[in-house]
Amino acid sequence: MQKYSVFSLIKNSLSGHRNWDVAWKDPTPKKEYEVIIIGGGGHGLATAYYLAKEHKITNVAIIEKGWIGGGNVGRNTTIIRSNFMYDANARFNEFGMNLWRNLSQELNFNVMFSPRGIINLAHSDAQMNAYARRGNSMRLNGIDAVLLNREEVKKIIPQADFSEDVRFPIFGGLMQPSAGTARHDGVAWGYARQADAMGVDIIQHCEVTGFDIQQGKITGVRTSKGNIKSKKVGICVAGSTNILAEKLNMSLPIETHVLQACVSEPIKPLLDGVVTFGAGHFYISQSDKGEMVMGGDLDGYNSYAQRGNLPTIQHVLTGGLAVFPFLSRLKMLRTWGGIMDMSMDGSPIIDKTHIEGLYLNCGWCYGGFKSTPVSGWTFAHTIAQDRVHELNSELSLNRFSTGHLLDEKGIGTKTWIG
Amino acid sequence: MLHIKCPYCGIRSQKEFAYGGDATVKRPKLNSEVSDKEWDDFVYMRKSPRGKHTELWHHISGCRQWFKAQRDTVTHEIFKTAKINEEIK
Ligand SMILES: Cc1cc2nc3c(=O)[nH]c(=O)nc-3n(C[C@H](O)[C@H](O)[C@H](O)COP(=O)(O)OP(=O)(O)OC[C@H]3O[C@@H](n4cnc5c(N)ncnc54)[C@H](O)[C@@H]3O)c2cc1C
Ligand SMILES: [Zn+2]
Repeated sequence: MQKYSVFSLIKNSLSGHRNWDVAWKDPTPKKEYEVIIIGGGGHGLATAYYLAKEHKITNVAIIEKGWIGGGNVGRNTTIIRSNFMYDANARFNEFGMNLWRNLSQELNFNVMFSPRGIINLAHSDAQMNAYARRGNSMRLNGIDAVLLNREEVKKIIPQADFSEDVRFPIFGGLMQPSAGTARHDGVAWGYARQADAMGVDIIQHCEVTGFDIQQGKITGVRTSKGNIKSKKVGICVAGSTNILAEKLNMSLPIETHVLQACVSEPIKPLLDGVVTFGAGHFYISQSDKGEMVMGGDLDGYNSYAQRGNLPTIQHVLTGGLAVFPFLSRLKMLRTWGGIMDMSMDGSPIIDKTHIEGLYLNCGWCYGGFKSTPVSGWTFAHTIAQDRVHELNSELSLNRFSTGHLLDEKGIGTKTWIG
Repeated sequence: MLHIKCPYCGIRSQKEFAYGGDATVKRPKLNSEVSDKEWDDFVYMRKSPRGKHTELWHHISGCRQWFKAQRDTVTHEIFKTAKINEEIK
């Protein structure tokens, strides 16, 4: 594999950029693999990469029904954070933060990880108390958290509306300074390129349509390009999890919903980090290109459409205008949607299943981009060793029946309200 | 914008309604022995089909009645709505 560097850039520019190697190949599927990963999103690609790198398992296929990066990994608003309260989620995502910090070097691909901080706004004394508690829980897990008062928030985002006579006056906020954003496509491509270089087959435009199971053990998958054998199969299909579960006759604590986001026309640098206005169902950051990247609520009913409806966008932007009135002068550039695997407690599942050799990675809700490295890292471990790692031991499938839920927001099973 | 036909009030805009989720999950019978598995299935397990989905809606800013709707989860087309005690096939 050709290393990307300033020297390779200069060298290739001399030949008009016509001699770059392909970043990954386009192989025809073999008859059998040691491991098959279904889904070439961020998590599937990261899983294959860590299988090869950490566990020296390189006879691996990633089977993707569309093209890599065409799913949620290329549709999210790229927020990366570990501001969780429960130990299991906090440890898992903080381990992930450490993987992010070195990812561009490790992958030799600029994923543009940019830790500019995230502020969650608070609008009442009660909310300030709740954030103080969350911040303390985070610090106990070694995660940076700063409780900001009104004046401190104002210093960081003076462009917000600090009037006192509004419905949700800004009282303060909780900040994780080490949180930030990254370039989502770069993450998918960076993992894909390195996985390919270590021998992983990335098979695109190939849909898994069924499973072969004998005596409770997985023996292979059926695909639109024929049957492929493997004794180990990892499901990593995010918003399509329920569809594959149906083929396995499994019910899961997952519902599928559509989440939208939108960007404005690009403007000069105005907003440094990420700001969430939970009370108004709105969050925002500014991309490196200058666009305001904004999102908020789910559309609110089960959906597999990778596009949403106008009322949600109006609702989200109404909230946005309340906190950042300057947005009224911007034109909207585009809106889009992605389908979310909403778990019943808002936390993910990375586990074995009742079928030997079949592993499940799902339940990312609208927060799986930040977990891409750690999800791949722990899922690779779970598949390679046939047992969960300590980091994902509580992200179990049976936690719902045993009552060990990880319900960060305490909203129960109404996934569409989350 | 969805246009939803409340069985009591007729066609209204989506903004008048609140969603209530899968209408096919059945609560285990009252005052009977319920296994953990049955309870688990009722509270947490969902099929979330791609295609026809029978679901609950609440005409919260209208007559305040709950009712059922059958809707396509890909196209969002609503095929039928029915009162809560009526079956949707
Ligand atoms: C609008 C929006 C905003 C978001 N914002 C954030 C955010 O700010 N921060 C954050 O952390 N997360 C965010 N998320 C969530 C995040 O994008 C997802 O949780 C995460 O990307 C899911 O993992 P993935 O990348 O592997 O999924 P995907 O990229 O969706 O990968 C799954 C892949 O599986 C493939 N597949 C499905 N079925 C089959 C089959 N039968 N055979 C073969 N392949 C199949 C799909 O084509 C797809 O490519 C957001 C999501 C959306 C939609
Ligand atoms: Zn009505």
